[in-house]
Amino acid sequence: MPFVLALLPAALQRARVPPSAAAGAVAAAAAALLAWQAPAVADGQLLLFSVPWVPHIGLDFAFRLDGLSLLFAALIVGIGLLVILYAHYYLSDEDRNGRFFAYLLLFMGAMLGVVTADNLLLLLVFWELTSLSSFLLIGFWRGSAEARQGARLALLVTGAGGLALLAGVVLIGDIVGSYSLGEVLAAGDAIRGDDRYPLLLALVLLGAFTKSAQFPFHFWLPHAMAAPTPVSAYLHSATMVKAGIFLLMRLWPALAGSEEWFWVVGGTGLVTMIFAAYVALFQHDLKGLLAYSTVSQLGLITLLLGLGTPLAEIAAVFHVINHAAFKASLFMAAGIVDHETGTRDMRRLSGLARHMPYTATLAIVAASAMAGVPLLNGFISKEMFFAETFALPAPWSWVMPLAATLGGLFSVAYSARFVHDVFFGGQARDLPRTPHEPPRFMRVPVEILVVICLLVGLGPGLIVEPALRLAASALLQGPLPAFSLALWHGLNLPVLMSVVALAGGIALYLARRYLWSLHAETARALSGKRITESTVTALSAASTWLHGLIDRGGLRLSLVALLLVALAAGVAGFLPGPPVPTKVPLPAGLAGWAGFAALACAAAATVVLHRERLLAVVCVGVIGLVVSLAFVRLSAPDLALTQLLVEVITVLLLLLAMYFLPQRSPRESSGVRRAVDAFIAFLAGAGAAVLAWAMMLAPGETLSGFYLGQAKPGGGGYNVVNVILVDFRALDTLGEITVLGIAAFAVVAILDRIELPGRPLDWDGRPWPAGRSLLLEVLSRPLLPLALLVSTYLLLRGHNLPGGGFIAGLVTGTAVLVQYLGHGNAWVEARLPPRYTSVAALGIALAAVTGLASLAFGAPFLTSTFGYLDWPVVGRFEVASAMVFDLGVYLAVVGVVLSVLATIGRQHNAPEAG
Amino acid sequence: MEGLVAVAIGVLVAAGVYLALRPRLFSVLLGITLLSYAVNLFLLAAGGLVVDAAPLTDRPGPYPDPLPQALVLTAIVISFGMTALVIVLTLRAMSERGHDRVDDGPDGGPA
Repeated sequence: MPFVLALLPAALQRARVPPSAAAGAVAAAAAALLAWQAPAVADGQLLLFSVPWVPHIGLDFAFRLDGLSLLFAALIVGIGLLVILYAHYYLSDEDRNGRFFAYLLLFMGAMLGVVTADNLLLLLVFWELTSLSSFLLIGFWRGSAEARQGARLALLVTGAGGLALLAGVVLIGDIVGSYSLGEVLAAGDAIRGDDRYPLLLALVLLGAFTKSAQFPFHFWLPHAMAAPTPVSAYLHSATMVKAGIFLLMRLWPALAGSEEWFWVVGGTGLVTMIFAAYVALFQHDLKGLLAYSTVSQLGLITLLLGLGTPLAEIAAVFHVINHAAFKASLFMAAGIVDHETGTRDMRRLSGLARHMPYTATLAIVAASAMAGVPLLNGFISKEMFFAETFALPAPWSWVMPLAATLGGLFSVAYSARFVHDVFFGGQARDLPRTPHEPPRFMRVPVEILVVICLLVGLGPGLIVEPALRLAASALLQGPLPAFSLALWHGLNLPVLMSVVALAGGIALYLARRYLWSLHAETARALSGKRITESTVTALSAASTWLHGLIDRGGLRLSLVALLLVALAAGVAGFLPGPPVPTKVPLPAGLAGWAGFAALACAAAATVVLHRERLLAVVCVGVIGLVVSLAFVRLSAPDLALTQLLVEVITVLLLLLAMYFLPQRSPRESSGVRRAVDAFIAFLAGAGAAVLAWAMMLAPGETLSGFYLGQAKPGGGGYNVVNVILVDFRALDTLGEITVLGIAAFAVVAILDRIELPGRPLDWDGRPWPAGRSLLLEVLSRPLLPLALLVSTYLLLRGHNLPGGGFIAGLVTGTAVLVQYLGHGNAWVEARLPPRYTSVAALGIALAAVTGLASLAFGAPFLTSTFGYLDWPVVGRFEVASAMVFDLGVYLAVVGVVLSVLATIGRQHNAPEAG
Repeated sequence: MEGLVAVAIGVLVAAGVYLALRPRLFSVLLGITLLSYAVNLFLLAAGGLVVDAAPLTDRPGPYPDPLPQALVLTAIVISFGMTALVIVLTLRAMSERGHDRVDDGPDGGPA
């Protein structure tokens, strides 16, 4: 069974190059695998395949292939093959691309997943996948608003149903204690006996009915007809809409057999069948008629399932096969008509039998099968359906047959309309194209399907009975009742009903003019699409209103709101009682006070001087230096080094940017606003101080013991901070350098083709000094090799002493920047190709590959190892795989720093050059 | 020492918040920088303060908590990335709109 798994990705990959051929090959491979497995299933075996996926929520990658799965899988793959062939001819050259076939195969894989899943949660995953791929396929012609709306509507309705189904499935899993299909099907009595049965039944049925377009959720299907016709033929008649039916069949042993089941499933099926058949009659769009007829036929199948008798289930399975055959061929015929004439409007089409006699014949046979004309497959399953309607208790034994006959009557009428309006009648005028027969191979899929209709109709016992028995026994999970498929059971009531339906349907069609005028009055009010669209519009208007309420525009207001909420939350946290400090504070010492004084003065100066931007940058630099000194004092040498280097680079960055910015900020805000802001700032600062103080003196144990103890034995290093970065928490680090890389790319992208004014004069109106500083030029040259040596040393020793990839990368970055400052852009970039983003990407890739390498040794992602080498001269030296990871970090940091600064720096040259 | 560090964090937060509420992007940038100092100090303090030691296990203890240090180390580098991004956004705003006000409206308020 792994073929199901292989199908999906393989399909998507291979579908790129020669799309339709590759897609066909994939489908054919799936068909071959299916055929290979089929004999085993035919022998009554149940093929199971299972790999745990998320075991603690009961989600396994489990598949089963029994008769029911096999039947549906065969339908999916078989019709899929025909549709691929058909689509190859149907789509225009620019449409016939990989995207279409990739979506189609994605759908096929998802659908196979649905019918073969042995785990309800897994089934649900595939179920959602079919909704998504259906969305992509309906909206395939992105340019058309109709297609987009149809796609959205379908996703909305089926997606909502999927959510309901999820809830239902979770309830089932809760009752049964397992999501495995085998156990669920065996636990039918427990499920039906549970208090939550009505609720879970309603939820599961919501899922099934939305998917199978049952009343009142039918309205998405006609709008899904905006999809290319091959999609309609495949998804919206033959397969996807049958997913809901399949679910009902699959869960039949577990859920069916109750009063609720009979009323809800049977009732919905009945209403859908009659209502949709009635509406189908009034469609002018060819595909619209077929869409509603599909809804109606699905209603019939649902009704059969609702009846609950084993024979009705068999009839349901049989009708699924028949409907797939005749409806897919009808859609394809409709597609041919559309393709060759340029319209699907039945008021414009007429007399096509003259131009495409061959296609007309095929369509007539398929439509007759849909109408239930004898000698065709639809007749036999309808007879079975009619016979089953008598099997009910008292009042139903005559209501149901009447209703069934009425449904049959409508279906005859719309079939007649399909055939007569399109292919007969007078010569059609002003068609967009001159009609003619389609290419040979476009007809082949239709021919195959029509031949199937005929063969099944003529010799049902020979052709489908074995498959039917197999599927039905898997459905019922028990012995089959006696039944026989035959063309002629003698003159009995069902035959009479067929005759009435045929005659009445034709009469109805002849009287259509009166009905249409009647219908035109009533149809508008009941548009499900309009109701959904207006609900969506109302919802989005409500969210716009809500958004407008929260976001009044402007960063300041948003920030103030954020701060006030944070403050309120903080104060609320302290409400139960003020914090009680338990630890004894450390003495601050003279250095501490001095550092604090420097920091406080610099912060105050920054605030006071913030409109003099250059001075403010200097003050911020001072604060950064004090903070790095604080790191030294507080036993964090790595942080001190990092902070120092980042400070240098940040100040350089700010100065570079200031070239393009006003040097002073004008005083813009009013005194009141400044006072309010100062008050909020004071509250925030006081809150942060209290919080920090309470946190530092609160009792509690930290995790430090583990890391301190494990650093050497587990990570091979004494510098615990570095070991955490490259070993224990390496995944975080990998994420962090990735974020840095993204920031670098964003910087490059934002500055791409930016136009900034050049400044011949500085802000005080003086010309910029010409030439460069000789001193800087001379000093910077020997600095680079020295700095590289230092970075190497820092990188290598990082595992055991302060240092490591981040710090080494910053040192290298700073050294290269000094070259830029000393020699100018042109000089540096002539010697050092400025492909810094590539360096960053290489670093990230290296770190990721190091992590993956551990997988090759059977260890989890990012596991590290270490050993010792005896190098000559140097002596015993430790080598850890984490060092390679650290090298990746180093490269990433170098690349990011340089790409950011060089990109901004390059802007200085741009105006001069231009 | 703890009280001193707490007040220092408070001072940095207050200054940072005030600057972040100014109407010019450059001031906001400075404010964010100050706030990130405060946050880094706060994170480091979360492990408790240890003076004049190092998280190097081949030396005699006591050791500071190494985990906040690792967090802060990456946070410093990330905040550099963020600063760079905001600077570049400021430059872009300057180029597109000709000024570096945060919001478009009069008095630096919303448009």
